[in-house]
Amino acid sequence: MLSRAVTRAAAQRAPLGARAMSGVTQMTVRDALNGAMREEMQRDENIFVMGEEVAQYQGAYKITKGLLEEFGSKRVVDTPITEAGFTGICTGAAYAGLRPICEFMTFNFSMQAIDHVINSAAKMYYMSGAQIKVPIVFRGPNGAAAGVGAQHSQCFAAWYAHCPGLKVIAPYSAEDARGLLKAAIRDDNPVVFLENEILYGMSFDIGPEVLDKDFTVPIGECKIERAGSDVTLVSYSRGVHTCLQAAEELAKMGVEAEVINLRSVRPLDRLTIIESVKKTNRLVTVEEGWPACGIGAELGACIYESEAFDYLDAPVERVTGADIPMPYASNLEIDALPQINNIITGVQKVCYRL
Amino acid sequence: MVKVSEFDKVFNEAQRQGRLSFYFTNRGEEACSVGSGAALRDDDWVWPQYRELGATFWRGYTIEEAANQCCHNELDATKGRQLPMHIGSPEKHLMYVKSNLGQQVPAANGAAYAMKLQRKGRCSITYFGEGCASEGDIPSALNIASVHGCPTIFFCRNNGYAISTHTDDQYKSDGIAPRGVAFGMPTIRVDGNDLLAVYAATRAARRIAVEEGKPALIEAMTYRIGAHSTSDDDSKYRRADSPEEGYDSERAYWDARSPIVRFGRFLEARGLWTAEEETALRKTERAASIKALNDAEKRAQPHVKHLFTDVLDEPPWMLRQQQADLKAHLAKYSEHYAEVTAEQIESM
Repeated sequence: MLSRAVTRAAAQRAPLGARAMSGVTQMTVRDALNGAMREEMQRDENIFVMGEEVAQYQGAYKITKGLLEEFGSKRVVDTPITEAGFTGICTGAAYAGLRPICEFMTFNFSMQAIDHVINSAAKMYYMSGAQIKVPIVFRGPNGAAAGVGAQHSQCFAAWYAHCPGLKVIAPYSAEDARGLLKAAIRDDNPVVFLENEILYGMSFDIGPEVLDKDFTVPIGECKIERAGSDVTLVSYSRGVHTCLQAAEELAKMGVEAEVINLRSVRPLDRLTIIESVKKTNRLVTVEEGWPACGIGAELGACIYESEAFDYLDAPVERVTGADIPMPYASNLEIDALPQINNIITGVQKVCYRL
Repeated sequence: MVKVSEFDKVFNEAQRQGRLSFYFTNRGEEACSVGSGAALRDDDWVWPQYRELGATFWRGYTIEEAANQCCHNELDATKGRQLPMHIGSPEKHLMYVKSNLGQQVPAANGAAYAMKLQRKGRCSITYFGEGCASEGDIPSALNIASVHGCPTIFFCRNNGYAISTHTDDQYKSDGIAPRGVAFGMPTIRVDGNDLLAVYAATRAARRIAVEEGKPALIEAMTYRIGAHSTSDDDSKYRRADSPEEGYDSERAYWDARSPIVRFGRFLEARGLWTAEEETALRKTERAASIKALNDAEKRAQPHVKHLFTDVLDEPPWMLRQQQADLKAHLAKYSEHYAEVTAEQIESM
């Protein structure tokens, strides 16, 4: 199941509202992931990477570039086309004390191996009465890319976030990618690490502390990317980018949006979201995945189960991918994914401006 | 083999009496697990399917531990989280039996690969039936083990039935052995009811795995004399006719040449064993199994706090909160929860 991913030239963009200034370091998400893996593999020889094309080809998306040269073929391992085969090996190796990074070329292909992710990895610590730890990271691009069709575009955040025993992370920025991947690799629990192909090429400003070899970002905590008072926008991964763009447009319309980057979808930091909604009284969730039983549905439940329910001035509004398999033609694909105007419409609804 | 046989009888009957919810027997396949188990080092990893109690006992796992697991009591190492006979012991390098069929096979490659990287001179063995061999995981595992040189022994128990599915409906090939050849590994077919043949084949496979860093496939031809588990009625599907004249049924034919019968006669012919000794051994083992079951049943059930522990290494805040809510509830309404002691509530 090789995918010929057509990577459109994803514009190298600086974060909104900021321009690269001399003295400020910039890093792409791709480089952040690569550097994080490299440094962790230097630190601990039990860590190895396994997957299709990760070694000699330098990674289908070049995320593992240079690792084979540095660490050799026993720690950067190309596999035959068998997700069941290599996910099984990684899980068994984790039981035996190694710390595998198992790469799925895209998370669509994780469906070939999902039994190992859930039944062999996620549930094992519980089922063994805490005798067997599974310190494994499953990583790869998740969700829509650009023109790769229905079988390469599914978002698995809701599927994996459903399962106890897993931690599920969806980074947005370079700081997220680097700090959360290091945290995931150091975590003794099985972690599903959902990257995004479009974000790989994006460049972000990073502070000097981010470059530290021990820099980690806590799993299970959101980040407020943009403070605001009128409406809370919550998203993860690429949706955060669209929310920030929408927030700029909304500001011109006199609406100050607070943009929350979930960073982790399991555990989900509902406390930060509750506090934000108590302040703004309005919540619009944004995800690229399908609406049914999705992350937005879970966020709605977090609010109505909590004291934030009494602070709502409008129902929670979900902005999601269209409830259809992803079409290929670019005009249809754009219409199937949340765009800036969809978020603005959602905000206008909860502000009763429609 | 006799120990397995007597344990099986006691615990299978216990399920029929309603004392256990579920049980798998090993009838007819004792040589497959004891013979192969005996050919390994104690620190080789064993990745069972579920009909390898012989290998498990060989490794030193006790009947008391098995009884505790089956009765899911407070001494069960898995804290009551698994079906009966989902046994294991990481410290004895016995992986837990798991319900998702076939997953043990690629995972065994992982342990083997880890041991090879760590230069430990050890191997993995993984067991699967001829039915399990149809799962996609198995060809995937065979292929990747060959490509990466995982020191894995693939041990297929071809026992004639997968629940009710006869081998005629499971595959059209010449058994499972061609699959080892297809994926480029040394392969042998052996009489699975001959204890010494199984032992010899596994010794040879182990040498290949550890010294040459290659996997090997053993297809052990055997017969499942009992039902699949306590959940099926094999009288509904087992073929009636014996393959040869002189036996009342297919089952009777194989019962007459079961591993215990064959090895017993082998030893008797050499003056090393007698029928009286066998009767005495069976009596001792049966008594030990009955005692283990009775003792295990009397033990308390796992502490209710184990609903919440071990999902992650650190309990997530929502589970901590739910545990605290449950503790408060149990404390407030303790007179309605006679089975939960004050000490247990306190310790939550």
